[in-house]
Amino acid sequence: MPMIRRIGILLALCLLSSTANANLTIEITRGSDRALPIGVVPFEQASNASEDVAQIIQDDLERSGYFEPLERDAMFEQPTRADDVAFGPWRSLDVRYLVVGNVDETADGVEVTAALMDISGQRRMLTERVTTQKDDLRSAAHYLSDQIFEAITDIRGAFSTRIAYVTANGVGDDIQFALHVADSDGRNSQEILSSDQPILSPAWSPDGEKLAYVSFESGRPAIYVQQVTSGQRVELTSFEGINSAPSWSPDGRRLAMSLSKDGQPEIYIMNLADRSLTRITNNSSIDTEPSWAPDGRSLLFTSDRSGGPQIYRHSLTGQETQRLTFTGNYNARGRFSPDGDAIFLIHRTDSGYQVARQDLSSDRLVVLSDSSQDESPSVAPNGTMVIFATQRGGSGVLSAVSADGRSSFRLPSPQGDVREPAWSPFMD
Amino acid sequence: MQIKSMVRLFAVAFSISIIAGCSSTGGTQGSDVSGSQQGSGSDSGSSASGASTSGVSGTGQSGSTSGSGSSAGQQADSRIPSARTIYFDFDRDRIKSEFESVVMAHARYLRSNPSAQVTLHGHTDERGTREYNLALGERRANAVQRFLNIQGVSNSQMSVVSYGEERPAARGSDESAYSQNRRVVFDY
Repeated sequence: MPMIRRIGILLALCLLSSTANANLTIEITRGSDRALPIGVVPFEQASNASEDVAQIIQDDLERSGYFEPLERDAMFEQPTRADDVAFGPWRSLDVRYLVVGNVDETADGVEVTAALMDISGQRRMLTERVTTQKDDLRSAAHYLSDQIFEAITDIRGAFSTRIAYVTANGVGDDIQFALHVADSDGRNSQEILSSDQPILSPAWSPDGEKLAYVSFESGRPAIYVQQVTSGQRVELTSFEGINSAPSWSPDGRRLAMSLSKDGQPEIYIMNLADRSLTRITNNSSIDTEPSWAPDGRSLLFTSDRSGGPQIYRHSLTGQETQRLTFTGNYNARGRFSPDGDAIFLIHRTDSGYQVARQDLSSDRLVVLSDSSQDESPSVAPNGTMVIFATQRGGSGVLSAVSADGRSSFRLPSPQGDVREPAWSPFMD
Repeated sequence: MQIKSMVRLFAVAFSISIIAGCSSTGGTQGSDVSGSQQGSGSDSGSSASGASTSGVSGTGQSGSTSGSGSSAGQQADSRIPSARTIYFDFDRDRIKSEFESVVMAHARYLRSNPSAQVTLHGHTDERGTREYNLALGERRANAVQRFLNIQGVSNSQMSVVSYGEERPAARGSDESAYSQNRRVVFDY
């Protein structure tokens, strides 16, 4: 099964095959003080292999904020098979877990085997074997990272997911915009749309196969839905005024959006089967940035009906609307955590616009980021990280912070502004 | 050859008659409306806007017959005003008094050129969320549209597109850049 899926991904990449090597590279900006020490020993693999599998796994685990990997030159030996691991010496290095593995070439590809060892418990926790194509080692490595992460934390790994984002180069009337998708570590980036008009608000369908977004390519904002692999797309709405902020229902059959066709921006839900619209809000204020609850029974949205932007929750079952945010005078673009217990949002503080989390049981709001021009928070499907756009050195960059604020990393772009990140759902 | 030019002549004559027909009915309706407007304007007294309305319709007529002989102010109404951007305060959509003359100049131009079309581009600075800023930009452009409409410009001559923070005029994250980016642009 994983084999078939990997071939599918490979084909998709061939179809897209835009060459631009504009990969984002990760910089860890804050490590968690609770990170678990782990050693990822270099795998036994051909010296001319295209990718260092152990390094990819190590980077995945470090980026999550849950782990603090041991430096390679601190490894007194580099076993590649579970049976060769001597627990005692690793224990004296304070290593809690050890990952060992090897990559074997087969007739029609490669086979990657990895084992996760619990050093203090002196036992093997996991053995995984992945069959894949020779040039798709990164996917295999991310898959192994997912298994290792889940075995230790009991949380499903989200390293095999993808991110969509928008780049902008230029100024004034001469800006070139592009929509990209990349692996969750910023690699394998593919441009799937480019335009000299703005592109914003990419949103993944729940099956991870489509992106809805807003494009001004017709001279006005319109909502499009594009198949990520084939590039095939449709213009979904092009009403007079604003067509913006598409958000998929968890079942993928409806799209919430903000339309100003009746005078001012209001929240609507479109049934995708027949494109019928249901109007959700009705007042003279701005209502925008809708986002579905994971159970599909309510919507978050931003409204300035109280004077400034605040986040509201509209129950689709009871048709009631309730204000959720009361801390500060600017709270916008709320997104639920996957368990529905918290929301992530942009909150204005004395230092600027920052990513914050509000727990819905206590209504306590906690600022997570230490930057000041944050936008567009998007939550990883396992709820552990939030990716967002911010500014650094005069350019837009993507940054991510753990849901508890303890660790963070940045994905600077080689050139131009990077913005509007959208973290994909689990791809299965 | 002869037939061809005959056909062309006929076509031209026919289209002229259509244009004339359209403009004559349009003109009749237009003069009815402007007549009643002028009437109510003079009823309510000599308000500045009433005076400029009648002045504009005069300019349009004289401009079509002969370009010379009109005053400099009247001549200006046949050209798109050169100032095409107005600026806003942070998080506000109120037209500042210093820019009212700019908007008034566009009102005069649009009234005297009923076939002219303008798109009002609303923009914000980069602070805050993108989708909310799209809404703020639209609010600014709508405020200008309402102002123009009150000044007698037909809504059919105006459309609004908000770009939010997507098309900054100036780069940078300081007030000088921000103040150049919070704007509405008159795009003809």
